[in-house]
Amino acid sequence: MLFSLNKKQVHGATGAVSFEGRSEPIVVLIHGAGMDRSVWSQQTRFLAHHGFRALAVDLPEHGHSEGPALESVAELAKWIVDLADYFGESLHLVGHSMGALVALHTAGYHKNSVSSVSLLGVGASMPVHPELQEAADANDVKAAQLITSWGHSTRHHLGNNPTPGLSMTGGTQALIESASSGVLGIDLMACATYDGALGSAEQIECPILFLLGAEDKMTPRKTAQPLIDTVSSSKSVIDLPETGHMVMIEEPDRVRQELLTHMSN
Amino acid sequence: MVEPEFRRFDTRALHAGQHPDPSTGSRAVPIHQTTSYVFDSVDHAAGLYNLETSGHIYSRISNPTVAVLEERIASLEGGVGAVCTASGMAALHLAVATLLNSGDHIVASRNIYGGAFILMNHTLPRFGITTTFVDPRDPEEFAKAIQKNTRLIFAETLGNPGIEVLDIDAVSDVAHAAGLPLCVDSTFCTPYLINPIEHGADIITHSATKFLGGHGIAIGGVVVDGGRFDWDASGKFPTLTEPYEGYHNITFTEEFGPAALSMRARAEGLKDFGACMSPANAFYLLQGVETLPLRMAKHVENTKQVIEMLDNHDAVQWIKHPDHPSHPDHDLAKRLYPKGAGAILSFGVKGGRDAGRKFIDNVSLASHLANVGDAKTLVIHPGSTTHQQMSDEDLETAGISEDLVRVSVGLEDADDICSDLSKALRASQR
Ligand SMILES: Cc1ncc(COP(=O)(O)O)c(C=O)c1O
Repeated sequence: MLFSLNKKQVHGATGAVSFEGRSEPIVVLIHGAGMDRSVWSQQTRFLAHHGFRALAVDLPEHGHSEGPALESVAELAKWIVDLADYFGESLHLVGHSMGALVALHTAGYHKNSVSSVSLLGVGASMPVHPELQEAADANDVKAAQLITSWGHSTRHHLGNNPTPGLSMTGGTQALIESASSGVLGIDLMACATYDGALGSAEQIECPILFLLGAEDKMTPRKTAQPLIDTVSSSKSVIDLPETGHMVMIEEPDRVRQELLTHMSN
Repeated sequence: MVEPEFRRFDTRALHAGQHPDPSTGSRAVPIHQTTSYVFDSVDHAAGLYNLETSGHIYSRISNPTVAVLEERIASLEGGVGAVCTASGMAALHLAVATLLNSGDHIVASRNIYGGAFILMNHTLPRFGITTTFVDPRDPEEFAKAIQKNTRLIFAETLGNPGIEVLDIDAVSDVAHAAGLPLCVDSTFCTPYLINPIEHGADIITHSATKFLGGHGIAIGGVVVDGGRFDWDASGKFPTLTEPYEGYHNITFTEEFGPAALSMRARAEGLKDFGACMSPANAFYLLQGVETLPLRMAKHVENTKQVIEMLDNHDAVQWIKHPDHPSHPDHDLAKRLYPKGAGAILSFGVKGGRDAGRKFIDNVSLASHLANVGDAKTLVIHPGSTTHQQMSDEDLETAGISEDLVRVSVGLEDADDICSDLSKALRASQR
């Protein structure tokens, strides 16, 4: 789907189900740093056929959305609010990594725009390894390799993908390599400099779901705990054993089902 | 300095794509000898058929044993995915049929496997797809042959049978400058000798029948999706970038991003043309892949010794192998193939066609047959077998002289291979 938001072109995947003439609730899936809508390929189409209008969005300057990239989590959250205004209703938000911070911030500070929030691969803070930041700023392919290497659990480094024939690590790396020049560096900086996660968590009033990989090396499981402890609204925490940071790719079936259950309640 | 950590090549050759079976503990990859798979519910079935959820439906589309091989090759090649097929020819056809339509055009190397040449020169034109053949040694020739309707550049990483070395980086630059993907057949190399994606190739096809399987026991093929080509930016590939009615108007690039090609190849070409790999063949081929690094190392080591023997043999007119200094691509081969430029070579027997025949009739260890990449040493005279349908003219442009003998160097003791070939060479001169 292509549409215009604040005079800029926005692209997203809708599971090939048009929004026109439909009134189901809208779920917006927000990708992480240097990625795009396609990380949600195992969820978008499913949700689009299970009672939602699903939009796996390309954030500005990612995938096929027009730039420039937004440089902070707060700006990205504001962009999600504009998206909610564009559709004229509140959204279910699903976010991964940087996208999880964006969903969290939107849910905390723009309550009217959000009906529920689901966070995958999230931590109360997301410091970025200086050498990763450096490689990303230099558009060095090493940045994609580092994220791929850290992003998957030991088990999933070897794959055995439920989607026959696809390599999890190969897919992650190719996706990050495809990011436009400079974008990954901007995203990582936005993650590293965001210090509002606990503040946002305190504000949250909508139901919240955490989907967390036990072997997440990018946002280690223990860094999610302060967030979980801070949230006072209705919350569910799903811990996924042998799973890394790329939760929706590593455990696609479980993620699909948990999202559906959470958002249908 | 931090470095990315991945399982190394030899480890992935054994483990990628598989974990021990959770219900039985089977360490080996089980042969899932089944045509079909029970659905959990009507909703589950509908989801599978609609590409909403992942899993197996019917073994023409995917099979758990075959999927291990697919993921393993994708991992060894550094691709985003792979689709296994009934044969190497089926792999080439699947790649072409997924991307091209009637009216489209291919620019291909003229030094390719005879079967691939015939497919492109005679068979595909019946379906409206035409090919211009060019000298793989000259990237400029690829550039010059590109037409408005060109959709694919195709070549073998190591050509057939002159073992022409493709400058993958240069030819992929030509392809990409024209908004086209480069597809390479890397059958002779396997991922052990080169990862073409790192050099700019976008699609790799393999005849797994050869070195990947390595034992001459099963026919199979693989299409590997590099996942780096920007189909949307190119704008030339409606099968990937426009809605497909066959699956509720799915647009493969929109939904699957880098894996668009592998998803479409499976959802359409494998499903509709039906040239799938059987689970039993996938199992055999997997046994081969487990020892790929060991075998390929020995294949290229033995090849070096055979080259040395031939080099010193009076009955040998010429030798064609990139590791031999007389080969026009010797320097390029040193850059691209530091481990060795494969285990297939050709040479000319003094005395032409008759001497060539005598040579073939006098080998005793080497087997005279139409295959390469067996664990056993193989010899053939292409002019009278693999390339016999080609006209004399086509033969000549393909670089096949009538004295040409092709050897696929096996894993026997190198001394035994050398003495067998040497004896037959002597006999050929009587
Ligand atoms: C380089 C090359 N590509 C493709 C093929 C075709 O493979 P298959 O025989 O598995 O169909 C061959 C077979 O000889 C080959 O040598």
